[in-house]
Amino acid sequence: MEISEGEIITLIGANGAGKTTTLMSISGLVPPKSGEILFLGKPIHKMSPDKIVSLGISQVPEGRRIFPHLTVMENLHMGAFLRRDTDRIKKDLEYIFELFPILPSRRHQTGGTLSGGEQQMLAISRALMARPRLLLLDEPSLGLAPKIIKQIFEIIRKINAEHKTTIFLVEQNANLALQAADRGYVMENGSIVLSDTAQNLLSNNDVKKAYLGL
Amino acid sequence: MEYFFGLLLGGLTRGSIYALIALGYTMVYGIIGLINFAHGEIYMIGAFTALIIASVLTIYGFSKIAILILAALVAVIYSSAYGFTIEKIAYKPLRQAPRLSPLISAIGMSIFLQNYVRLAQTSDFLPFPNLIPEFQFMKKYEHIFSSTELMILLTTAVVMIILTLVIKFTKIGIAMRATAQDRDMAVLSGVDVNRIISMTFIIGSSLAAIGGILIASHIGQINFSIGFIAGIKAFTAAVLGGIGSIPGAVLGGFILGWTESFATGYVSSDYEDVFAFALLVLILIFKPEGLLGKSKANKV
Repeated sequence: MEISEGEIITLIGANGAGKTTTLMSISGLVPPKSGEILFLGKPIHKMSPDKIVSLGISQVPEGRRIFPHLTVMENLHMGAFLRRDTDRIKKDLEYIFELFPILPSRRHQTGGTLSGGEQQMLAISRALMARPRLLLLDEPSLGLAPKIIKQIFEIIRKINAEHKTTIFLVEQNANLALQAADRGYVMENGSIVLSDTAQNLLSNNDVKKAYLGL
Repeated sequence: MEYFFGLLLGGLTRGSIYALIALGYTMVYGIIGLINFAHGEIYMIGAFTALIIASVLTIYGFSKIAILILAALVAVIYSSAYGFTIEKIAYKPLRQAPRLSPLISAIGMSIFLQNYVRLAQTSDFLPFPNLIPEFQFMKKYEHIFSSTELMILLTTAVVMIILTLVIKFTKIGIAMRATAQDRDMAVLSGVDVNRIISMTFIIGSSLAAIGGILIASHIGQINFSIGFIAGIKAFTAAVLGGIGSIPGAVLGGFILGWTESFATGYVSSDYEDVFAFALLVLILIFKPEGLLGKSKANKV
């Protein structure tokens, strides 16, 4: 599997196909049993997770994983944990508050009191606070209302366009993911079985039958 | 009335020491979910270190205040080093093991440290000099509240305020809370969890050492086993308040201190421990998560 800079790539597949494990391996939480992961040409599969974050890989994990008893601001500062550039952090906060205008009004609330959609926005913002070059998104649509999902996917595209942030999107909602992505991979039982442009995958008969419900 | 206030203040002093030690239990539990049974021994080692340093400095004729500061400083550093090392040797290798294993390792560590001090020092009670200066203005109240007790209260208050500020506002404090709430997510945010765990042990051990010096100065003697009962009491305080909760540990400490103080004053000192543990049983029956503890919701 390969991801080029500035792309939106999606990985689709059924429950238990190994999508989340793939992301956790990239982030260094689940070391791969075999094989290599290269980032900007360098192997990262033996690095510790904090080292991987410092290289510019951030993840928005499945289920959002907001720190429930930290305030929204503290959650955002956790995203910038490894950064020392205070001025840039301030600017990035402003940018994020523009991206998600609901967050500033919630800044002193604890994360656990936010609604599902707000938590997802906070989770994405937290990951962005690390200034990632590669943003890993695990099931951003999970459990959200269609209107919120639409909003979140618009913002994902916007982040990609404005910051050239490479995005690796894992989704069960294949239709949604393929519409947002440039290219896609299909995973079955832990291995990639298909890879093509998102357009081609959307019209591929097997994919249609298995994942798009058409 | 004076008698009542005497007991109230006595309980407050006692409680603040319990609270200092309980903080170490609760912080470690919050981060790695382990009851560090060797924590009481850290408190004992803190007192012993202070005694050794104070004895040496007295021979060299240092002033009382210099002795207090130097002895406290060395005791804090020495105890922190112990806490840090214990975690690395006895708990870290067992982090993926079933929960019972590190617990047994902790009890083993506790027994080892007690006997190590018994062999290296002595099994007798040693007199501990009162390192805390007498305040002139406290003379009038000496019969209900001594200078030493005042110093204990002031010191614990200052230490707790500093700890609260660190936990609430510093980067490392926020990271500690984040790690306690969701360790994997903290890792994904770039937190080096090993560092956070070590920091927690260092902070907890420093607090225990301070508690050790204060109480040893107050009581006037120490031996190798003082950590055991103090540890059990502080652990009780932590559970009372809700283990994992920092304000809970402080509250639990004070409640336990008052219970013991009033039980001793109005009933009999023989029943001090009975009341303390009866209170624990009662609270656990009616509020199993402790007074300020959060009941853990099952993760979906």
